[in-house]
Amino acid sequence: MDFTNKNLGVLFEFGETKFYITQSLLATWIVMAILIIFAIIVRIKLTKFKEVPTGFQNLVECIVETMDKFTINTMGPEYRHFGGFFFGMFAFIICANYSGLVGLRPPTADVATTGALAITIFIVTHVTGIKRRKLGYVKSFFEPNPIFLPINLIGEVSNVLSLCFRLFGNMLGGVIILGLAYQMFPAVLKFVVPSALHAYFDLFAGALQAYIFTVLSMTFIMQKGSKN
Amino acid sequence: MDPKSFVLGCSAIAAGLASLSGLGSGLGQGIAAGKAAEAVGRQPEAKGDITSTMLIGCALAETCSIYGLIIALILLLNNPLIGLL
Repeated sequence: MDFTNKNLGVLFEFGETKFYITQSLLATWIVMAILIIFAIIVRIKLTKFKEVPTGFQNLVECIVETMDKFTINTMGPEYRHFGGFFFGMFAFIICANYSGLVGLRPPTADVATTGALAITIFIVTHVTGIKRRKLGYVKSFFEPNPIFLPINLIGEVSNVLSLCFRLFGNMLGGVIILGLAYQMFPAVLKFVVPSALHAYFDLFAGALQAYIFTVLSMTFIMQKGSKN
Repeated sequence: MDPKSFVLGCSAIAAGLASLSGLGSGLGQGIAAGKAAEAVGRQPEAKGDITSTMLIGCALAETCSIYGLIIALILLLNNPLIGLL
């Protein structure tokens, strides 16, 4: 069976190289469309804010408050403004992981997507460190002894790689096992057994990996930004 | 022996060996669950906190067995050694 990312068509040609539309790219566009439409609906429906929220405003305020409290709990009050950034990332990862339930190939089952997310966290971590500690940040690579410099550098690279491959490996494992399960069972069991596998690999593992990605990124940024 | 079939056969054995990395994560997560059960027994009111801490620890310990799975998948699905023949 073929579990690779199939090309569905050509997007554009640049000289001699073709850029294809793959299954992951199509799934990413659909996830982006869902999130953007949700954001537009919130903006259109909530023009005036009531003192005591009801209905839709209650739901949105609940989400924002949960994310705010969670950010302050994990990172401390001086990093409060990171709540919006991490909510966007968490919403994208969890919608991407759940797109396997509706028949798409999850975009996070492609090492390009998870690699891009990990590189984003890498850039945010180091820029935060430099902005908050300036020269003390560069000096922290030489703690506790200048001979530790290669070990500290490898630690940085391994953080990024582990974030990327953890999400990728979990999602690709789910894709492969479910692909085999749909092919393996006779027609009668095809409605029963794969739903249990979906419940574990897509619902549980998807949500847990999105949460772990967010919590680990918050921990890295907090470690780089504060003196201790 | 045909070189391509030899390389493919060794890749299959290597993929099976790489999957042995699941041993470590199974052992580690079992020990973590045992300690979590012990902690719940000592203080049943903290069950929610203990459960979420245990799940975070298990997901982190899973990473090393995922690395082994990735090696096995690369060898089976997109073998780079065939191109070097």
